[in-house]
Amino acid sequence: MLTKRIVPCLDIKNGRTVKGVNFVDLRDAGDPVELAAIYAKTGADELVFLDISATEERRKTLADLVRNVAKEVNIPFTVGGGISSVEDVDILLQNGADKVSVNSSAVKRPELINELSSKFGSQCITVAIDAKQIDGEWIVHLVGGKVPTELNLFDWAKEVEQRGAGEILFTSMDNDGTKDGFANKALARLSTELNIPIIASGGAGNMQHFVDTFKEGKADAALAASVFHFKEIGIPELKEKLKNEGIPVRL
Amino acid sequence: MKIVIINYGAGNIQSIKFAIERLGYQAVLSDNVDEIKNADKVIFPGVGEASSAMNKLRESGLDKLVPTLKQPVLGICLGMQLMCNSTEEGDTKGLGIFDVDVVRFTNEVKVPQIGWNQIRDFKSHLFEGVTNESYIYLVHSFYAPVCNETICVTDYGVNYSTALQKNNFYGTQFHPEKSSDVGEKILSNFLKLDLLS
Repeated sequence: MLTKRIVPCLDIKNGRTVKGVNFVDLRDAGDPVELAAIYAKTGADELVFLDISATEERRKTLADLVRNVAKEVNIPFTVGGGISSVEDVDILLQNGADKVSVNSSAVKRPELINELSSKFGSQCITVAIDAKQIDGEWIVHLVGGKVPTELNLFDWAKEVEQRGAGEILFTSMDNDGTKDGFANKALARLSTELNIPIIASGGAGNMQHFVDTFKEGKADAALAASVFHFKEIGIPELKEKLKNEGIPVRL
Repeated sequence: MKIVIINYGAGNIQSIKFAIERLGYQAVLSDNVDEIKNADKVIFPGVGEASSAMNKLRESGLDKLVPTLKQPVLGICLGMQLMCNSTEEGDTKGLGIFDVDVVRFTNEVKVPQIGWNQIRDFKSHLFEGVTNESYIYLVHSFYAPVCNETICVTDYGVNYSTALQKNNFYGTQFHPEKSSDVGEKILSNFLKLDLLS
């Protein structure tokens, strides 16, 4: 049976993990490769690296990181952040990334999704969508949720699917950072109206939130950062809990 | 042992090279006919879209070479699909090594299938030491139905082939290089095939 995926997300700046990571057993808390290897060993199903660097050398630094992760890690990983062209994607895949995620650049130029999926195949193109509710309507936002667009979440998600995205990573800005649970109503609607996998993101605070996003939110995967990095939730315990709740997981 | 990964410009092939290195072997990427012919083991990878991958194979003449290889050959993901008679993706004629036609999943399930599913009903040395119902990583929209050459199956709306074998030719729909310890065991079995059989 296809299992639900647990996906830790690592924020990367200039080749290093940023935001606090509280792993006492890490020799170097800023080393994404070492952190990734630990997650792979403890049962993470997949990893996401989100690059937030803004330097001239960012492309090369990220390519080197991807290569080092691919050397060490035997589970799939996705790379996102600042990807805006076929060439960007080519470099990342060549260096060993399994999937890439695009966000703002797809909103600015939706044809990018068609170009990427026809060149590399839908299966490696994830479109990340950040949205929050304005007067009861889910509106797509850019720049980490700061800038609203004109796009309705559900319309944009359907367009993204039609253009050839293989998967959607939906982050609710209303839920992100609250530790109050995922945006399950919107997730369930996405999962029902679309026929590609949906990754839930934003709001994970405890293990029950993961149960809820798989059951009520009908999500195919759930992404979180701080609850894993600060060891508030251990992946083995989380998977045990999900299994006891009747949710298929890889153990 | 000389391991060659066929390099025909199809997607992420570093991962398979790195996985082989983690097992303590070296592999070279090559599109050279003689180098491929003289390898002890050949890996035929594939990520991307079927018709464009097949075109690249034809341009390099490798479509003629692969079916004539005598050493163990392992097709992975799209590589396995291209070793079949045909695939619905881009209405593409394959290499005809496996006597089966690849078709698309119906919309009864989410397509592509992305993630970890289970394998069972092993009929090959490839799975020696692998527990039934082990988890492997898959990402695909098209599948090979169960046929005479099926050596392992998985359920996703239908019961389908997650691995095929005919003589020296092997194919896995899943990515052994991304399937954690289970995948490494299967890859290691392939590299040791002459010792197992």
